Amino acid sequence: MVKKGKLATFFIIVAALLILIGTTSTWLLKDTKLGLDLKGGFEVLYEVQPLKEGDVIDNTAMSATLTAIENRVNVLGVSEPDIRIEGKDRIRVQLAGVKNQSEARQILSSTAELSFRDINDKLLLDGSDLKAKGAKVGYDPQTNEPLVELTMKSKEKFYEVTQQISKMQAPANRLVIWLDYAKGDTYEKEIQKENSKIVSDASVNQPINSDKAIISGGDIDAEYGKQLSSILNAGALPVKLDEIYSTSVSAAFGKDALDQTLFASMIGVAAVFLFMLLFYRVSGFVSIITLLFYIYLVMIFFNGINAVLTLPGIAALVLGVGMAVDANIITAERIKDELRSGKSVMSAFKAGNRRSFGTILDANLTTLISAGVLYYFGTSTVKGFAIMLMVSIAVTFVTNVFISRYLMQLLVSSRWFDKKKSWFGVKESEIREL
Amino acid sequence: MNFNPTKFDYVKHRKVYFTITIALVLLSVLLLSFRGLNLGIDFTEGTRVEISSENKIQESEVRSVIEEAGIDAKEIDGIQFAQGGTLANVTFVGEFSQDQIAEMNKTIEAKYKKAPSISTVSPQVGREIARNAIYAVLLASLGIVIYVSFRFQPAYGIATVLALLHDALMIIAFFSLFQIEVNLYFIAAVLTIIGYSVNDTIVTFDRVRENLGRLEKGGKTASFDELCTVVNESIQQTIIRSINTVVTVIMTAAALYIFGSEAIRGFSLALLVGLFMGMYSSIFIAAQLWLVMKKRTLKQPKQAS
Repeated sequence: MVKKGKLATFFIIVAALLILIGTTSTWLLKDTKLGLDLKGGFEVLYEVQPLKEGDVIDNTAMSATLTAIENRVNVLGVSEPDIRIEGKDRIRVQLAGVKNQSEARQILSSTAELSFRDINDKLLLDGSDLKAKGAKVGYDPQTNEPLVELTMKSKEKFYEVTQQISKMQAPANRLVIWLDYAKGDTYEKEIQKENSKIVSDASVNQPINSDKAIISGGDIDAEYGKQLSSILNAGALPVKLDEIYSTSVSAAFGKDALDQTLFASMIGVAAVFLFMLLFYRVSGFVSIITLLFYIYLVMIFFNGINAVLTLPGIAALVLGVGMAVDANIITAERIKDELRSGKSVMSAFKAGNRRSFGTILDANLTTLISAGVLYYFGTSTVKGFAIMLMVSIAVTFVTNVFISRYLMQLLVSSRWFDKKKSWFGVKESEIREL
Repeated sequence: MNFNPTKFDYVKHRKVYFTITIALVLLSVLLLSFRGLNLGIDFTEGTRVEISSENKIQESEVRSVIEEAGIDAKEIDGIQFAQGGTLANVTFVGEFSQDQIAEMNKTIEAKYKKAPSISTVSPQVGREIARNAIYAVLLASLGIVIYVSFRFQPAYGIATVLALLHDALMIIAFFSLFQIEVNLYFIAAVLTIIGYSVNDTIVTFDRVRENLGRLEKGGKTASFDELCTVVNESIQQTIIRSINTVVTVIMTAAALYIFGSEAIRGFSLALLVGLFMGMYSSIFIAAQLWLVMKKRTLKQPKQAS
């Protein structure tokens, strides 16, 4: 007696799962965040060092540096920056999808310490005298040349300083604006250099009764002007940043890696599907349905915890398919065993399920231990691998244990397969009589 | 000869497998101590520049581009080509400065239309990564021994961990033999194998425990011959399953190795080697080791219970 209702339920569920996957997977993929090794970008590990002798790198200095770097990253307009303090004196910055990597790295690590000096290098004003967000790009009203306009906190102080300079004999009456002045730098030497730290050395003929200083001419074009004012507004870095580890992937490389690995993944998954179908027939078909749902669910979970998909992460997803199917194989083999020993399809299914759960649990938990260790010790892309591995294992229990069991149960209890033991991959000749 | 895996006597020839395995382990240790590993920049220091082009890249061309970018070509440690010569992987001994990286980027992009990928590692970071890798392998092994000992018995745990350390050593020795570059992903592969190759061993042990439980029902102690039969039958009953569970993972790893991106080729290869070695050790080593350990406890006089 075939129970058609159970069979109908089975096909309705399968159809519903397939429709769900088919209609929403494009949206799901669009939602997936790609790591820097797939869409290009860079990762830099900075060692934070004191700017001046005697400065201490403590927690306060580290968090000030972190804030300064965050402000600069905002200037770059990267959508998913990952900036974190590591250990006592390190900061790891990961930026995926940056267009101009060289420029971005420049902006991140330049100290941008502004100082106003006379030609004898005596410090008159520094970055702290600049009004908050006081730098902006403007255009010379006469020549229409781009310039950077600096607004000072105190009009009086600026008047005083310019008065002091204007009293000096020409051509010594210059207000020299430095970026990243370091001990030992002198005006005479620096002004000769091509890539000078001096951004302006305008002559001051009379005291300026205004809170505005102008940097113009020379290097200032529209782009550099914008960059300079952004850095100045983001604030100077209180420390020196040394790159001790860096890796950069160009967008083209990332795209190639993504395409190749997706193609490889499809081949691998298709091979597993084919294998399951040939070896386990009905159980194999059920495992294919659950594997499709497995991939879908892993991606939902993965996006849900805001994880970033990396190249090894894709590998983990694909390997996960190979591993998740273990649960099906362990159960399906158990069912075959029981069928061979002469049990009916129904009781073989029950015995197979009961005996395989412990094994599946043990086998997956040991992989979970490895993944956990890898997560703890790994950095960036390897961490992405570990996260994917852990998510895969969790989802395996949902799809390849519970859902596939439910689907199998529907099929078995429909009693349609009672006389069709070969549909489970068992040869009639292998079946022992009870 | 017709080999039937479900009829084969796996216990009888255990001394042969042990001998082969001990020989392999000794060879691997020798290999590692004399030939060492081809450590990539991740574990030492240096810089790697990957250049990709539409056309085949010439070595002389690479050297001149690097000179053009302001780096002495003498600094080049090695150049490897892949993907039919359209991908060049250039390694340098030293660390690059931020400006050197920017210059290299600009020069190569101008020449090949595609920006390169550049990684640079300072010696300090390289040492840390190498140290962490060793810690990770040890910690994962320890965690698995504890878990298996807890779920089964210490004897199973010891046999499991010896088998998995064997698998890890074989991967490392394979990479030493062929001097394939070892990078960060390699560690991920070794750890995955450590976690995964236990699966098969556990499947077998599960069956051993089940069959042994049936035999020792009612407080009876199995004799050595009976233990041998239990192990043999357990392997015979689970062998197809052991092979099939690994075969599906091998399929996916092989697809990644053959068709996947160059960056994870070494990773996929390490996985493949580990999967095969894991299959071997769980069939021919782990349960037999357990048997030998169990035999020793049999010889000791039983305490009155």
